[in-house]
Amino acid sequence: MTLLKSLMGAAAAMALSAGAALAEPALIFDLGGKFDKSFNEAAFTGAQRWADETGGSFREIELQSEAQREQALRRFAEAGANPIITMGFAMADPLSNVAPDYPDTKFVVVDVTWIAGDNIRQIGFAEHEGSYLVGMLAAMASKSGTVGFVGGMDVPLIRHFGCGYAQGVKSVSPDAKIIANMTGTTPAAWNDPVKGSELTKAQISQGADVVYAAAGGTGVGVLQTAADEGILSIGVDSNQNHLHPGKVLTSMLKRVDVAVYDAMKAGGEVETGVFVLGLAEDGVGYALDDNNAALISPEMKAAVDAAREQIISGELKVTSYYENDSCPVLDF
Amino acid sequence: MDFLTLIQVFDSTVRLSTPLLLACLAGLFSERAGIFDIGLEGKMLMAAFFSAAIASVTGSVWLGLLAGIAASMVLAGLHGLASITFRGNQLISGVAINFLAAGMTVLIAQDWFRQGGRTPSLIGGGRFGGLEFPGAIGPADAEATGRPVSELIAGTNPLHQVYSDLISGHSILVYVAFLAVPATWWVLFRTRFGLRLRAVGENPAAVDTSGVSVVGLRYAAVAICGLLCGIAGAYLATALQAGFVKDMTAGRGFIALAALIFAKWRPWQAMWACLLFGFLQAIALRYQNIDVGGVVIPVQVMDALPYILTVVILAGFVGKAIPPRAGGEPYVKER
Repeated sequence: MTLLKSLMGAAAAMALSAGAALAEPALIFDLGGKFDKSFNEAAFTGAQRWADETGGSFREIELQSEAQREQALRRFAEAGANPIITMGFAMADPLSNVAPDYPDTKFVVVDVTWIAGDNIRQIGFAEHEGSYLVGMLAAMASKSGTVGFVGGMDVPLIRHFGCGYAQGVKSVSPDAKIIANMTGTTPAAWNDPVKGSELTKAQISQGADVVYAAAGGTGVGVLQTAADEGILSIGVDSNQNHLHPGKVLTSMLKRVDVAVYDAMKAGGEVETGVFVLGLAEDGVGYALDDNNAALISPEMKAAVDAAREQIISGELKVTSYYENDSCPVLDF
Repeated sequence: MDFLTLIQVFDSTVRLSTPLLLACLAGLFSERAGIFDIGLEGKMLMAAFFSAAIASVTGSVWLGLLAGIAASMVLAGLHGLASITFRGNQLISGVAINFLAAGMTVLIAQDWFRQGGRTPSLIGGGRFGGLEFPGAIGPADAEATGRPVSELIAGTNPLHQVYSDLISGHSILVYVAFLAVPATWWVLFRTRFGLRLRAVGENPAAVDTSGVSVVGLRYAAVAICGLLCGIAGAYLATALQAGFVKDMTAGRGFIALAALIFAKWRPWQAMWACLLFGFLQAIALRYQNIDVGGVVIPVQVMDALPYILTVVILAGFVGKAIPPRAGGEPYVKER
């Protein structure tokens, strides 16, 4: 009996330690899907880089519906994954429900900075700063004096993008017209390229010749139509310049990949708290590579880099949409 | 709203109505023959995927179109097999086809292209380009003058604007879709085949008594349905867009069904219903919130209007919508 007991005890101990040793990070993609060529894909790129460098593996799930958020969190937490990295503002509520139940698990959330919890690393980005820079580029590249903005789902985060963009445009040409459209009000708006296409066509017919897409998978349709119609577009989150070389003016980089990579590298010891990554931290920026080198003139680059320095030093302040839930230069 | 804006909204309407119209006519053939088909969505999706996949592999959009039509007709054949030969429930078979298409397309795409359930972007000959009519202002003129098309069109007279923007410049499938309307009317109401097809949907026993094969006619109707859905799907993936993304039909098959009921199963009315629904979508895209005399109509209302209108029709407010009498019932020769 005692032998059996100790055997079982040993087995249990082994199982436990095996569980602890196998604590691999988990990544939960938002509804846009893992390969949205944008926000979620950036997270995947970061995770993949970590896996390639360390030889480690990570667990992942692509959410299919709202109801799965809490379920996926709990499942990974029960399975002993650590840290659990989640994408998107919509994870705020599920996460604040689940995190207290698993105090030993570290959670990382991207695009959320306002929830409570000692075991949560919250990463926000100063998207308005990056958007300001691409807005300046848009205004300088535009010949018609009209630029467009296509947002995904109509949420404060996307208005935040649009607001920074509008300020950047206005800083270069105060008379410029900005046409801002949202794709929809449901999560389906992150993945409707046909609608993105039509919105772009509508903006082009109103005179826009540079269109900024902050719309996840919908942006693929925006960039495609812009390239078809011979106008310039601006990508978002990931570097999308390569999608249509010479037709994408630049991309507003949001280094979600770096945030995810860092979190995975730190593993279970990841530092918790609220982190906002802006221009100073290289959390946001604009993309310059071979595909768009011909589109960005040295003067444009100089102007944008000067503005970047000013924003970092605090000399130039880009108003955040969050400050009073409205944008000084753009009505949505 | 000035004249040019109106033209642009109509232009958008035409583009958005085309997939609806093709799917609606597809449903018309099938339902007129007594086979209810809520699998329009699934067939379109499958066709969208295979047309984009084959077009991207071969570089030829025409091969893509054929592949899309073939894929859609396979599903249509499946629906026929379940609901005509095996006399299964037509609604359940349709739902099954929708599920099958939603899952299979992403699965095959992921296995084939490894791009997360999408096909690679189509380039050059892999897409349907716009058809420029003689004398119309198009991309060629824009290149020659170095000014954007929208600017050139804005500078011309209204008649030319209508011609250049609204009539010319669409993909060939758009013209096919609108030509399919009189063709459908002619086939259904002016040919022997059409008469028999309609009769099969109303009173299959009578058709059978006169020595015409009910099963054969119904299979023919389902095959035509597959053909038209195939074109609709190919239009979405290779003309409107440059590739397949998951769930890209986004409920258009169901809006087409709503349009079919709205049109009371008649071809010309189907066209107007699809144009109306397309127009509502175009308006919703162009104007996010519409201000009508101080009352702001939110964009969601516009998105929901097709369904609301259908409910109104079904409730009998605007005349009664009577489906083909034998619709939904498998034909049994002898009980």
